[in-house]
Formats: sequence, structure tokens, C-alpha cells
Amino acid sequence: MSLSVRIIPCLDVTDGRVVKGVNFTDLRDAGDPVEMAALYGREGADELTFLDISASAAGRETTLDVVRKTAEQVFIPLTVGGGIRTVEDVNQLLRAGADKVSINTAALARPELIAEIADRFGSQVLVLSVDARRARTESGFEVTTHGGRQSAGVDALAWVEKACALGVGEILLNSMDADGTRAGYDIGMITAVRAVSRVPLIASGGAGTLEDFSAALDAGADALLAASVFHFGIHRIPDVKKYLQGQGYSVRNAQAS
Amino acid sequence: MIAILDYGSGNLRSAQRAFETSGREVVITSDYEVALNADGLVVPGVGAFAACMEGLITVRGDQIVRERIAAARPTLGICVGMQILFSQGLEHGVHPGVGIWDATVEKLEAPILPHMGWNTVKAGAGSQLFNGVEDESFYFVHSYAVKNPVGTISTLSNYGEDFLAAVEDGAIAATQFHPEKSGDAGLHLIKNWVQTL
Repeated sequence: MSLSVRIIPCLDVTDGRVVKGVNFTDLRDAGDPVEMAALYGREGADELTFLDISASAAGRETTLDVVRKTAEQVFIPLTVGGGIRTVEDVNQLLRAGADKVSINTAALARPELIAEIADRFGSQVLVLSVDARRARTESGFEVTTHGGRQSAGVDALAWVEKACALGVGEILLNSMDADGTRAGYDIGMITAVRAVSRVPLIASGGAGTLEDFSAALDAGADALLAASVFHFGIHRIPDVKKYLQGQGYSVRNAQAS
Repeated sequence: MIAILDYGSGNLRSAQRAFETSGREVVITSDYEVALNADGLVVPGVGAFAACMEGLITVRGDQIVRERIAAARPTLGICVGMQILFSQGLEHGVHPGVGIWDATVEKLEAPILPHMGWNTVKAGAGSQLFNGVEDESFYFVHSYAVKNPVGTISTLSNYGEDFLAAVEDGAIAATQFHPEKSGDAGLHLIKNWVQTL
């Protein structure tokens, strides 16, 4: 009996459509989110993440509808992030069918939000999304906002430790230097965050080759999130799982269609 | 008809859809009579032990479960809906549970918690629930569990240490994992349970 490593496709959703850019610019339409969620489910995705990048209230309402439709058709865990500001936002997403929510900017602005959400719904629903990059801070990594364009003025490792103490159940670590480059996960960053946290760690940003996936696991990640390599068919989930299985990692459904 | 007991704030719609794949009618209810008389009752549960227990008592769910067991009506607890069936839980202090089984829900000893993700199980001998999915993985999200076998058939899993992943005990069954989030294997297990109704 052993816990499998998780492969998590991430769907960036705006106004009901999936898009994915390189370093959050040059967005390309990659499809219908409900259809893509079902396809990834069939291919053996272990979880799905929707990142709502809608700028408008109408876009957010559409996302709730996408979450509803997905949760009714795809019976694997669904995490939704993007634009969550309040406990009530979390409540709405969970009621629509999300199993977990990820928070980022709002928690930086008001860290108590972490404890408020954890107290109401439990730590297991709460993923802290950390958009970090290399910088001259104490640990060498800083937190960014606005898609990696601005410094949040916070050391990434200090932030992770604080958020864990406040009650996050999981960390989604996104390297803003590596995001969309397909040049590999930031292994040093994963190693550093793993060393200061005792909750599951999802590595994100930079997945390109099959070796990139196993390198992130070797560095201590429990789960691997990727977007463009899956959306544009560079790797299929079963191929990643077969490779990882060959490297000695426990995976679920390496044989899925 | 299958009833899913609504006693909290969580979303039950996807659980309803998962149980509907068995072909049965599924309702979400907090009504005492409906829950008591359904062919099958599902007791879900997310969040902390004490908060779930409080919610359960509010809809007299503890009484419903006891009466259903006395009348041999199938009942299935899921995740914290399983945990609250034990005599006590140690999450955020010592809290009494419904007390169907005499055991304590304790924190798992593991370097990284929660135990989150897909894990395999060692299905208990004669298990109906795991018939055909003995070697599959199921989706777990929890930090607390019971560590000793109870009931007629105990199914174990391991994360840091062995713990109870499922119990089958006459009319009552329970899973620590989420079958409604466990893909095809979970739907198969749900179908197995529905066949006992």
C-alpha cells in the first residue's frame, strides 16, 4: 500500500474558456473546460485545477457554472483558484462542486483569511498558491503578485511557514521564472519549500520533459501540476505516469486510455 | 431510493451524481423520516470531527443511524461521516462520537499531513464493497483515522502507519476515503454498496 504521486492538469479559465499563455502573456485558446476536464479524467488525471483568471464579475459567474458542470461529470477532486477574497467566495465555490480552493493575493493582503477559511471548512479544502521567483531576499526566493510582475515584498519561505501555521492544508508552489517556459521545474525552490513545510507540496511551473517531472518528485514534491505540456499534447498523462512508474514512483492508473 | 444526509455546508451535488450512476434515485435530505426510511442512507462529512458531530445531532442523524442499524437498513459513512461513527475523536480536543464502534479516531503518525491523494488498500477477506476493485486506488483526504480493526470486515490502508480505510459490519459500512471522488474505482465501489440495498 502506498500513496501515489498526483498528476494535476491546470486549466486557466476566463469567461468559460480554457487559455494558457507563456509567462501569463500571449494567451492561446485551448478549449472548453468541461470537455477538457472530462478528457483529463479519462486519461487518468489524479485531480484537476481550474484557475479563474476572469477579470469581470460575469466571468466569475460563468466559472461557477463551469465548476458545477464539471463536478457533476468528473468524479475526481477539483480545485478552483483565482479571485477568492472572502469566506463567502469559498462557500460559493464549494457549493458549486469544488473540493478545494486555492488562495493567493487575498491571503497576502490579509493572512487571517487563511485561518478563517480553515476554521469554517477545514484545512483540507485550502491550498495556498505561492507565485514565487528568485530574488535577493533572505531565502533567495520572494513572493510575487500580478502574475509574477510585481514583488509582494515577502520572503517566500517565511510566507510558507506563516501560512502553514495559520492552517493551509496544501501548498501549490508556482515558479514564476519557469512558468510556461517548459525548461523544467525550479528544483532549488521545491527543495527549499519542502524543507520548511509539513503539508503536501504541489510543484508548478516549467514542466517540459519527462525527466522534469521526476526531478520535482526527487526534490520532495508530492504532486505535479502542468498546463501547456498537456493542453498542447506534448505529453499525455498516461505517458508521464508510465515514465514515473519506471523511475520507481507509485502512480495510479498508468494503463488508462 | 438512496438518501444523502445533509447536515452541513458542504456540496453534496457531486456525491448525488456519483450515487446516481448506480441507476438508483438519489435525494439530498435533512428530513428525519426520509433519511430513516430510505433503502440506503449515505452519511458524508467534511471538516472537523466536532463540527460534523454537532451538525449530525442537529438533524438527529445520530438517532437515525442507530435506528437504521437496529432495523438492518444499509447505511454508509464517508470520510468524517465514517469517523463520527466511532466512540470518540481526538481532533481539536476529545469529542464523543455516535459510538457504533468502540475505537478512537486519532492523528496519523506521518511526516506530511493531511494524507492527501490516491492510495491502495488491503481489502478485508470477504469484502463485498471492494469486490472487483481490490487492487485499485481511492482518494483520501484526512489527518485522523482509527488504527485498529473493528466490525466484521476491516480494510486497511497505510500512510506512515496502518489505519482503517473501510469497515463493513452488517447493515453499516464506512469508508475513510471518498468513493465519490475516486474515479471509476469509486463508482464501482458505490455500485457494490448499492447492490446490498
